[in-house]
Amino acid sequence: MLKFPIYFDNQATTPVDPRVLEAMLPYFTERFGNAASRNHRYGWEAEEAVEAARKQVADLIGANPKEIVFTSGATESDNLAIKGAVYMYREKGDHVITALTEHKAVIDTCKRLEKEGFRVTYLPVKPDGLVDLDALRDAITAKTVLITIMAANNEIGVLQPVAEIGAMAKERGVLFHTDAVQAAGKVPFDVNACNAHLASISAHKMYGPKGVGALYVRRRQPRVLLSPIIDGGGHERGMRSGTLNVPGIVGFGKAAELCRLEMAQESARIRALRDRLNAKLHAGLDELHVNGSMEHRLPGNLNISFAYVEGESLLMGINDVAVSSGSACTSASLEPSYVLKALGTGDDLAHSSIRFGLGRFNTEDEVDYVAGKVVAVVRKLREMSPLYEMAKDGVDLAKMEWREH
Amino acid sequence: MAYSDKVVDHFNNPRNVGSLPKQDPTVGTGLVGAPECGDVMKLQVRVNPETGVIDEAKFKTFGCGSAIASSSLATEWLKGKTVDEALTIKNTDIVAELSLPPVKVHCSVLAEDAIKAAIADYQQKQQAGPSS
Repeated sequence: MLKFPIYFDNQATTPVDPRVLEAMLPYFTERFGNAASRNHRYGWEAEEAVEAARKQVADLIGANPKEIVFTSGATESDNLAIKGAVYMYREKGDHVITALTEHKAVIDTCKRLEKEGFRVTYLPVKPDGLVDLDALRDAITAKTVLITIMAANNEIGVLQPVAEIGAMAKERGVLFHTDAVQAAGKVPFDVNACNAHLASISAHKMYGPKGVGALYVRRRQPRVLLSPIIDGGGHERGMRSGTLNVPGIVGFGKAAELCRLEMAQESARIRALRDRLNAKLHAGLDELHVNGSMEHRLPGNLNISFAYVEGESLLMGINDVAVSSGSACTSASLEPSYVLKALGTGDDLAHSSIRFGLGRFNTEDEVDYVAGKVVAVVRKLREMSPLYEMAKDGVDLAKMEWREH
Repeated sequence: MAYSDKVVDHFNNPRNVGSLPKQDPTVGTGLVGAPECGDVMKLQVRVNPETGVIDEAKFKTFGCGSAIASSSLATEWLKGKTVDEALTIKNTDIVAELSLPPVKVHCSVLAEDAIKAAIADYQQKQQAGPSS
């Protein structure tokens, strides 16, 4: 039995795994203590639970538990990593390198730094979405303090060469932060293998609760210091003040543990589902464009442009399926996805893109239903599309003079 | 985003999807919008030269559900109207009929533009064409 709407938006968020919820529940009620309370059992229990979770999270990414700083989520982690590092190391330099396809939590943080007088290089990406390592090498100067490049992209699922980037950063004595929100728990991600100094992760992308994330902060070779962005009681070794979200952190720990133990099996299963979806769509439709590298990609991500069909109308036609579109019409901004634009995808194809995000709880029956539905709706909308008709009549749409409104 | 029932109805059961022969002197074609903006509308009318009444209207639209609904509604309204009456259709009428939210008002503007462009094309053909 299919349950509608079918959830294929696992890069936006994931449902809490029932095993995670079970681990969390006691920490709302009988074990409600403040982890910073040192004088009674309530506090000790909470602290013990937080430290156990800290180890579970650290184990997922090959870190030491002391290198994990709990935050409210990945946006805060990105802000703390980037601002905290450049403020701390301001005397060393004023230059930051990032990429055009980064998450807004990174891009907008960098934009704020520019207003404060820092210089930021936004690296272009290759048509497959990967950062050009030569361009990165050329961008590093004596004044570069930080490179921040994500491990996996949230829209197109492309995996950046973080090992090579980390090695380059190490060689040039530059800090390397990676937003590993989409990668951690889905593909092997190890802070030592990629020489990361800072890494952001989030619980709700790995079947944990919303409102809790972590920042990995390297302690050895070298010890990385951060200037805190929230002042207060000095929690998390002074780097992030604020009472710890104990039930959230417990859930995060359990979620991280499950991902670590089940990753190999789970990623193979999800990849097979994703490939099945891709194959079925290609079998049923022509003029599909997969956005981003298929080779270096999260197992659960498929981002496709359905030429001549506008994304929002496609979403409306498949309204019993929960997916995302790169079309401007779905968001407040008038511009279509900046990530797809950075790949060199034309605005027309960017408007036609859909992100399918498969996850732990999706099934083969769901894939078959979604594929069938998408094929049928795209065919119907193409019958309704003047662009499809013109293309079939041999009109070169790129050379048309359009009457914009 | 929640769509009004009328938008959903036009989207699921679009009226008058299709094309009329572009070269026909009694047919006017309007093509407005641009793919990079996310919406393109093609709207066509066939005018009875005897009566000046639009007896057929067709559309094809690349765009969001509201753009499809706006053009579908426009074709419904055009049928049976004279050319002059057709030119009185305002985008605000479409907004009201379909209960379009402010972010979708541009869809109705595009539909009005498409009507005007189709009629202008028809009138141009009439003036240029061989007089009967």
